[in-house]
Amino acid sequence: MSATSLLKLANGAAVPLSKVPRLELAAFREAIISGCKRDRRVSALFGTPHADGLALYGVLADDAAGMLECAWTVLVGDEFPSMTPECPEVHLFEREIAEQWGVVPAGHPWLKPVRFHSSYRPGHDAWGRAQDVTPLIGVTNFLRVEGEEIHEVAVGPVHAGVIEPGHFRFQCHGEHVFHLEISLGYQHRGVERKLVGGPTKRTIHFMETLSGDTSIGHATAYCQNLESLGGEHAMPRGHWLRGIAQELERLANHTGDLGALAGDVGFLPTASYCGRLRGDFLNMSAVLCGSRFGRGLVRPGGVTFDVDEVRLEDLRKRLEAGAKDVTNAVQLLWAMPSAMARFEDTGRVPTDVAAELGLVGPAARACGLRRDVRTSHPYGIYQLTHIPLATLDSGDVYARAYVRWLEIKRSIDFIRIQLGEGPRGGIRSECPPPKPEHFAVSLVEGWRGEICHVALTDASGQFAAYKVIDPSFHNWMGLAMSLRDQQISDFPICNKSFNLSYCGHDL
Amino acid sequence: MWHVLLSRIQQGHRTAKYPKQAPTLPDRLRGLPVLDPSQCPEGCNECVEACPTDAVRFDEQGLGLDLGRCLFCQDCTNACPEGAIRFTTEHRLAAREREALIIRGEIQERVQALDQKMLSLFQRSLKLREVSAGGCNGCEADVNVLGTLVFDLGRFGIQVVASPRHADGLIITGPVTENMKLALKKTYDAVPEPKIVIAVGACAISGGPYAGHEEQHNGASSVVPVDLYIPGCPPAPYTILDGLLGMLDRLGPERLRAFTEAAKR
Repeated sequence: MSATSLLKLANGAAVPLSKVPRLELAAFREAIISGCKRDRRVSALFGTPHADGLALYGVLADDAAGMLECAWTVLVGDEFPSMTPECPEVHLFEREIAEQWGVVPAGHPWLKPVRFHSSYRPGHDAWGRAQDVTPLIGVTNFLRVEGEEIHEVAVGPVHAGVIEPGHFRFQCHGEHVFHLEISLGYQHRGVERKLVGGPTKRTIHFMETLSGDTSIGHATAYCQNLESLGGEHAMPRGHWLRGIAQELERLANHTGDLGALAGDVGFLPTASYCGRLRGDFLNMSAVLCGSRFGRGLVRPGGVTFDVDEVRLEDLRKRLEAGAKDVTNAVQLLWAMPSAMARFEDTGRVPTDVAAELGLVGPAARACGLRRDVRTSHPYGIYQLTHIPLATLDSGDVYARAYVRWLEIKRSIDFIRIQLGEGPRGGIRSECPPPKPEHFAVSLVEGWRGEICHVALTDASGQFAAYKVIDPSFHNWMGLAMSLRDQQISDFPICNKSFNLSYCGHDL
Repeated sequence: MWHVLLSRIQQGHRTAKYPKQAPTLPDRLRGLPVLDPSQCPEGCNECVEACPTDAVRFDEQGLGLDLGRCLFCQDCTNACPEGAIRFTTEHRLAAREREALIIRGEIQERVQALDQKMLSLFQRSLKLREVSAGGCNGCEADVNVLGTLVFDLGRFGIQVVASPRHADGLIITGPVTENMKLALKKTYDAVPEPKIVIAVGACAISGGPYAGHEEQHNGASSVVPVDLYIPGCPPAPYTILDGLLGMLDRLGPERLRAFTEAAKR
């Protein structure tokens, strides 16, 4: 199977569906497996109903070439040979396909429900459950380690902090963790099914709440798809403001994460200063658009709020004050040996494991993987101005924290330059409705990593399928692996060093 | 050691003087909407059709807007040809009764204090457990931020605690997904009587953008009785704080006066 039979597509482009090559199942599998062996990543792999059975679409990211490779196949029966044994990074994609469409990836080593809902195709179920049996959340065959003095610690769904629900099971020997299994689905609110048939008046609001702390990231990914499907570019000034908003989102969340990490090892100065500073950066988003989370700012064709010189000056002042204080607060942390002792060599994910699992975002960059959509598949403002990639190679909590600090500094530099002067002109163009029977892929580097949205339109220009892949979908298994052979008391800082989204995963 | 102290000096004192001083809010904040039905052209239904969550409606009492469903997105104001709906920067939105969230032409003070018995128990010490039941992490983040030194929730005697057994009540966010329904009910049952339930955000009040999906239950009141509704998507931190302090009667008559003045703006 040569790679030339795949459609090469740039980030944020749309093509007629007929241009996407339909492969035989064996060739489709081979394309994905061999692609991963040639440094491609799986950005999307999903099913959608088809007259002959189930259509499977695959999107591979070729970071070196800055291109996406796409193909599809039709699965006629209810079973296909799993790709996971040869290509571990598709493990969760295959579990999702199995749960949603009732097909079995035969040979999958970890075939369990993802979100605990009934199959979307009545009469098909990957686990042979009866149609009228509603799956019970959290009821599955958890891995158990047997032996003398082995014990199991089960935590959640309701946690001690103000955080989202998930279930964690640790197989322990004393304080020592052999394995952590993470079972999610508690936040499942049926978003993807309701995206089909859109865009509707609710669609953009779904996008802004897929993962509420990534409203700008997901809304931007969606708007890029609508713009390419409609055939109208966003206004340059719109791209500029989206870029500022996106880096503010990254800045706020990374700052909050460093504070939370400091809090988890009991170093309160950085924890309390960063908690306040996170709010100050969120308030900069509110200066832009009235919402601390950037709700209502990004819309197809551009953005809804412009900035004048007075507002720019206000933002500049806030940025400089925040930059000074965040530098001061974070430097305290690096200078505190007792905090560093907890971070260093804790929760290490080896680079080869990170690559095999397909990790994205700061979690991948902390393992030395050069993965950043802003650099490899630039979109919007990042096509004109580049943000240097930040990597470390130790793969531990320290690396995940320090990569965030490097990115905080680079986001501040970026916003500072952008606030100097932006493109003139309008902020929003009129975006025509999506073209019928088209296929579009949009990647955005959210603060947690790669956000991938894939849209397929039907004959009337409505979404026949709309797939959302939040960066957390790639990264949850990375957190599980980071706990191997660690102390259970280190779970909070390992967890915080990833800070993954539950609702972005559960959708 | 010394650099920690020096840093403390640089970072300064950051706790807001609220409630003695009114909070500084962004000028683009979308707070309380104000309706002027006299502006509505005959037969116009543009705002109702534009609203993503059916928050705007025309019924026997005329034009109404349900803050419990509202995402504060401005889709209605953008659709309105006459400016009959506009959003003010008024952040005080909470109410004790679901019905009080439906606003008409008139603006009224909505949040009522607890009764005397509950006030004697909780006015100076209220411990809450948070349950996210399908929330997008927006409301959760704005509840969390109240714990930072800017708001310093602890100075009002309010604290988020780790266990429902230690709590006097629940803060619920999210539309209550089917997959969280049982966990929410169990958490509620674990809180000792008497208890308070606070629904934060459009999802927890009405299901928000997810209202009607079979995977969720259109908000907290489907599972537990709710004592305080705090609208928003997500509510601004001061909106949440105002609701909590209003319920505990910690803001006094000043609040009402400020409210009526804001309504005149």
